[in-house]
Amino acid sequence: MAYGKYSGFKGWLYKGSTPYYVFALHRLTAMGIILFVGLHVLSSFSMQQVLGTWGTTLNIIYESWWFQIVVVFCVLFHTLNGLRLVILDVWPKLIKYSREAVYLEWAIFIPIYVLTVYLIVIKGITTGTV
Amino acid sequence: MRPRYVPQRGINLDYLMWLFTRISGVGIVLLALMGLGSAMYMGARLQMDLPTVLRWTFFPNPSHVINSNIPDVTLGWATAFWQIMQYLILFLAFTHAANGIRMIVEDYIGHTFWQPFVRALIALLWMGMVIVGIYVILGSAY
Repeated sequence: MAYGKYSGFKGWLYKGSTPYYVFALHRLTAMGIILFVGLHVLSSFSMQQVLGTWGTTLNIIYESWWFQIVVVFCVLFHTLNGLRLVILDVWPKLIKYSREAVYLEWAIFIPIYVLTVYLIVIKGITTGTV
Repeated sequence: MRPRYVPQRGINLDYLMWLFTRISGVGIVLLALMGLGSAMYMGARLQMDLPTVLRWTFFPNPSHVINSNIPDVTLGWATAFWQIMQYLILFLAFTHAANGIRMIVEDYIGHTFWQPFVRALIALLWMGMVIVGIYVILGSAY
């Protein structure tokens, strides 16, 4: 980012390539998790203290199988990328392999995520729930 | 995004929160693994669907998993040990999140006149969410 210049949306698309896209995704999934967990805590509070039905409605949406696909992406990606960051911070000598670390992260993420989505979709279709 | 003000080296808020983010991140992962393992041990593996397992993993609270229809739900989780685990994951997760929001927002607003107000607003949100979470834990059927 140029000093003192507002770069706006284009700042998200500069040519930082692989590690930068992971950084952007880390922030995006962080905001997804905050939105999801924050609303979920408030709706759980509302369900527990019997404050109308909006909490129940929200939790039914959260438990639906198509919504879980997004939630699992956010949680799993944020966890794996966070662990990558911790490992690179604890052992700074590994930073020269940062690009390989991102490839390794995707190599771990994709099989777990694809298998999970497969199971979610199969179960959602066979049980016929929303 | 805006240029970020670089503070002095040494122990300050940014360094402490940087350290806390790493520690709490690893802590949440360990707590989640512990919750997942215990949920499997207590019978989640027999009727596993993903929403249930996620709820057992991240917040082992009897009223959180009440509609997952697992017979010993109030028996298994109704101890002071799991209550302490809930407080821990609540505090770690919300503090991690509040600091993350602070970092993202300050990347956009920079070091301006509004910064203290934004920090105060985020701290207020953090406190409100922690109080709501503690209320849910204390209000559960034990």
